[in-house]
Amino acid sequence: MRAPLSWIREYVDLPAGVTVEDLAARLTALGLKLEALEHPGSDLTGPLVIGRVLTMEPEPQTNGKTINWCTVDVGDANGTGEPQGIVCGAHNFAAGDLVVVVLPGGVLPGGFEISARKTYGHLSAGMICSAMELGLGDDHSGIIVLPADAGEPGDGVRGLLHLDDDVIEFEINPDRAYALSLRGVAREAALATGGVYTDPAQRDVPAPNAEGYPVVIDDLEGCPVFVARTVSGFDPTAVTPRWMARRIQLAGMRPISLAVDVTNYVMLELGHPIHGYDADRLSGPIRVRRAVDGEHLTTLDGTDRVLASGDLVVTDDSGPIGLGGVMGGETTEMSATTTRVLVEVASWDPVAMFRTGKRHKLTSEAGKRNERGVDPTIPEAAADRVVELLVEHGGGTADPGVTKVGTAPARPTVGIAAGLPARVTGMTIDEATVVANLTAVGCAVSGSGSLTVVPPPWRPDINDPFDLVEEVARIVGYERVPSVLPPAPAGRGLTQEQLFRRRVGRTLAGAGYVEVLTFPFVGTEAFDALALPGDDPRRTALRLANPLSSEAPLMTTTLLPGMLDTVARNVGRGSTDLALFEAAPVTLPSVGAVAPILPVDRRPTADEWAALERAVPDQPLHLSLALTGERELAGWWGPGRKATWADAIDAVRTIAAALSVEVEVRAAQHAPWHPGRCAELFVAGTSLGHAGELHPRVCKAYGVPARTAVAEINLSLLLEHAVAIVPGPDFSTYPVAKEDVALIVRDDVPAELVAATLRAGAGPLCESVRLFDVYTGEQVGAGHRSLAFALRFRAPDRTLTETEATQARTAAVALAAERHGAVQRA
Amino acid sequence: MSGPNSSYDPVQVTPLGEEQVFAMRDEALAAIAGAADVDALKQVRTDHAGDRSPLGLANREIGALPPQAKKDAGMRVGQARGAVNQALAARQEILEAEAEEQMLVTETVDVTLPWDRTPAGARHPITLMSERIADIFVAMGWEVAEGPLVEAEWLNFDALNLGADHPARTMQDTFWTEPAENHVVLRTHTSPVQARTMLTRTPPIYVVCPGRVFRTDEYDATHSPMFHQVEGLVIDEGITMAHLKGSLDHFAQAVFGEGITTRFRPSYFPFTEPSAEVDLICFVCRGSGVVDAGGSASVQCRTCRGEGWIEWGGCGVVNPRVLVACGVDPERYTGFAFGMGIDRTLMFRHGVGDLRSFFEGDVRFARAFGTEI
Ligand SMILES: [Zn+2]
Repeated sequence: MRAPLSWIREYVDLPAGVTVEDLAARLTALGLKLEALEHPGSDLTGPLVIGRVLTMEPEPQTNGKTINWCTVDVGDANGTGEPQGIVCGAHNFAAGDLVVVVLPGGVLPGGFEISARKTYGHLSAGMICSAMELGLGDDHSGIIVLPADAGEPGDGVRGLLHLDDDVIEFEINPDRAYALSLRGVAREAALATGGVYTDPAQRDVPAPNAEGYPVVIDDLEGCPVFVARTVSGFDPTAVTPRWMARRIQLAGMRPISLAVDVTNYVMLELGHPIHGYDADRLSGPIRVRRAVDGEHLTTLDGTDRVLASGDLVVTDDSGPIGLGGVMGGETTEMSATTTRVLVEVASWDPVAMFRTGKRHKLTSEAGKRNERGVDPTIPEAAADRVVELLVEHGGGTADPGVTKVGTAPARPTVGIAAGLPARVTGMTIDEATVVANLTAVGCAVSGSGSLTVVPPPWRPDINDPFDLVEEVARIVGYERVPSVLPPAPAGRGLTQEQLFRRRVGRTLAGAGYVEVLTFPFVGTEAFDALALPGDDPRRTALRLANPLSSEAPLMTTTLLPGMLDTVARNVGRGSTDLALFEAAPVTLPSVGAVAPILPVDRRPTADEWAALERAVPDQPLHLSLALTGERELAGWWGPGRKATWADAIDAVRTIAAALSVEVEVRAAQHAPWHPGRCAELFVAGTSLGHAGELHPRVCKAYGVPARTAVAEINLSLLLEHAVAIVPGPDFSTYPVAKEDVALIVRDDVPAELVAATLRAGAGPLCESVRLFDVYTGEQVGAGHRSLAFALRFRAPDRTLTETEATQARTAAVALAAERHGAVQRA
Repeated sequence: MSGPNSSYDPVQVTPLGEEQVFAMRDEALAAIAGAADVDALKQVRTDHAGDRSPLGLANREIGALPPQAKKDAGMRVGQARGAVNQALAARQEILEAEAEEQMLVTETVDVTLPWDRTPAGARHPITLMSERIADIFVAMGWEVAEGPLVEAEWLNFDALNLGADHPARTMQDTFWTEPAENHVVLRTHTSPVQARTMLTRTPPIYVVCPGRVFRTDEYDATHSPMFHQVEGLVIDEGITMAHLKGSLDHFAQAVFGEGITTRFRPSYFPFTEPSAEVDLICFVCRGSGVVDAGGSASVQCRTCRGEGWIEWGGCGVVNPRVLVACGVDPERYTGFAFGMGIDRTLMFRHGVGDLRSFFEGDVRFARAFGTEI
């Protein structure tokens, strides 16, 4: 809402010394937030005066244009009293006309400095101005021609043109719809400054009678009040007075024609939308009803709209002529030939307004006010004000007929304990203050201790005691709310799971991984690029009805697309050695479950709650990571070490170890991994996810370097197995006995399996088994490899003899031989 | 092997004269002093203090002397040997020190050589700020509540006094999932966690909830379809706006530093009544709106654009209608709630100019913040 200060002042007597900045700050503190403060006119300086055109010589130019060489009487404004010679390109004036002249030394909006300059063979000393050049709107039909009685040549013209004003632009919250009017802003300004307020809606209006235009309302709930007045003999050529056009312009709307401008002006003034019809284009009585599904209406914006049964329509014998409260229809629109104007001021059901606006994707100044709720008690005043202005400036006469159908619904009373504002805000607010402040916002207050309050008709947002508390509190001043810490009971700190999650992040960051956050939106192309098979469950994703991009309408089921895009972006920016991770939920759609819209006047029942929970998709936390380039950089110390599939697997093991979880690694074939370099990770027999090298085709599809390694696991699942209380280790301090074995096995026997077998075969004395070398070559034969393990033995209660260690080692090797055909290498 | 001296001939034994012994000693001492390094000293030790050295031999001869001569000679030889051994030890110490000194000099390296072998890891600043905020409230006895990102429409809106026809619904441009009749949305704020918390816990409730939220905003320097909020909720007996103010003042100081307080402006949120916008006193200009520009000049503060205050978030007293829908007795309990943007908080706390920095995943961004914020 943009409110010109001159207009605010019309309804509130601002105390002396209150600057526009003060006013804006005080209104902000009351809840009308200052968005911008403008000083129109301040960008136009220097001599701006009335000039009388004395002579005007048209001079055709070689470029086809004709300019006018004019002499203009500007009185003594030029210091000489001599006529001023000015070249002017416009033609909408004649010798003898009064025009607006800016003399050399003046500066027009946009920093355009005026000086005497040579042009078209003349010395042009000034400029005859159009409205647009003066910042008075976008009318560029020609220069401004003032009425003959506007003044004398040389007179200043700023006041005449209503150039100077201050405009406060507010951000209006949905609950303060009344402040979408000067009436409302001025009321708040009075509250803010203590100035005396005059309500512009308070006026004597003619009583309704039977002579008015016939109106029938079929749906009084949708349209509780309809007022109609008619002005006849209206001069369609009459122009909007300069002050009105200027105010409409400063308020952010466009002046159009007198009849339209008057309805907009009064809407801005009183906050009530108004619609004007060309009365001669109406046929038969007006009827307000709900639309029939499929009915058509072409609205003022030229759009043919198919109506739905929820829409409220204004009709006459021809059918729908307007979408009630939202936008009028084309067939009865006021035009340049309209001489009879029917003024409609009707109150509409805000919910219907909201739905219709949404259904037809229509936002209008009228709709914006109607859907938030307007004062239903002022249609008569608004209609009367429109009639007054039309008659005054358009020269018609007001018909005696006054139509009024329906009445404004009474406001329900709200009970409030006088102590509630203090109890809710923590401020000291006595009963007298409560009553005074509620009265100041327009409430009727009665009773004591327990107050009965009738909210004012322009405040449909006030319905509850707590609404009243806010009204009281904002006038007392939010700045007076004390600052007191609440007495929270002893808390239990973070949950174990929250602590585990932090641990995962810290562990990976400590291992050199950088955390990233990616958007969860993907398209099927992302799954194709991962080369997921057609029946891969990851392709079943929750679809958004209104995605930002039609290419990414799905809620992702895997973090890999976002991760790989991030890798590609980093590589593109020159960061080629990468280790990244992300921990974020993915969405696994629930099939067909409806999340019921439950009542809000009570707690949901257990069944209702269960239904709600069921319908919310499962969103397990996933962890993805990716590596490319060098894991350890090359440097003066020697070559680097490339990141490989093994790093990805190790990262998962590292996290698991940090959570004291044992993971089992098995070879797997799973998109998007390289079929020979993919590990599936298990915890307690359940699959956690996969890690390894990305399939070369997937690397290409995502534009990431070849051999990029990735992992993705279900972190929620891993966290379920995390050990909160790690048992303290019980270790022996006796000497260790070390034994190394090299076993030749077929190369399809997983090392992990051989190690496990050794561990099992070595018995309880075996402290650890660690693979330290893998050898392939002639010595071990084709299809085989040699795995070298370091075994450590130790007893809890004694020093092991050489024989004991050897026996344990022999047993381990024997079991490996039995299970895997392992042969000890000589 | 040392054995009896075969050349031992007592007849040839001559009494060990003082001068003779002194000469041996002095010769030995001179040799010790002349030893250039540990190896040379080792040779000197053999030559002058070993069994076959003159003093060694002299020592052995003592046994053959008559008692009186034995005593005198023993004393003289003993003293001489003592002096030699002492000198050897001293020289050994000096030479070892010299050798070590030398070794340390030759082993000198260029310690300015880089060892940037493993690139540094980092956690995301949003994660770090979420954790820091959680810690601030946990320190006050609050707990951290969480909820799903894909949420039931009823919890995101209706339960929060945002019915289907509420104009304020259009303030939060919502991502809807298909089919629409399932009534599932991407949560537009962390407030559904409020509803979940009230429905699953019993008061007193003191929780904070950092998390992701979604709105259909086009992605640019100041808007993102995904961003982060932190929600606070307190439900207890006797809770007032003053407690809200106290909590937010504490929060502001914990995040932005001593003396950084908040200001409330009346506002509107369907789920709170009364509602307020929270402004933060600008931690750069501390409310003055201007900053020093060197000398006596000052320029408009860029962080707050000269206003002295920064818009931080929204808050208010929990609307009793919300309490009712979430099964909390509004006669007995009151509460407050607040919501702040985490991304936004980071942007002005750290002077991050472009919101997209948080979501592009450029490693240079997260690395700048490290592992603690
Ligand atoms: Zn500042």
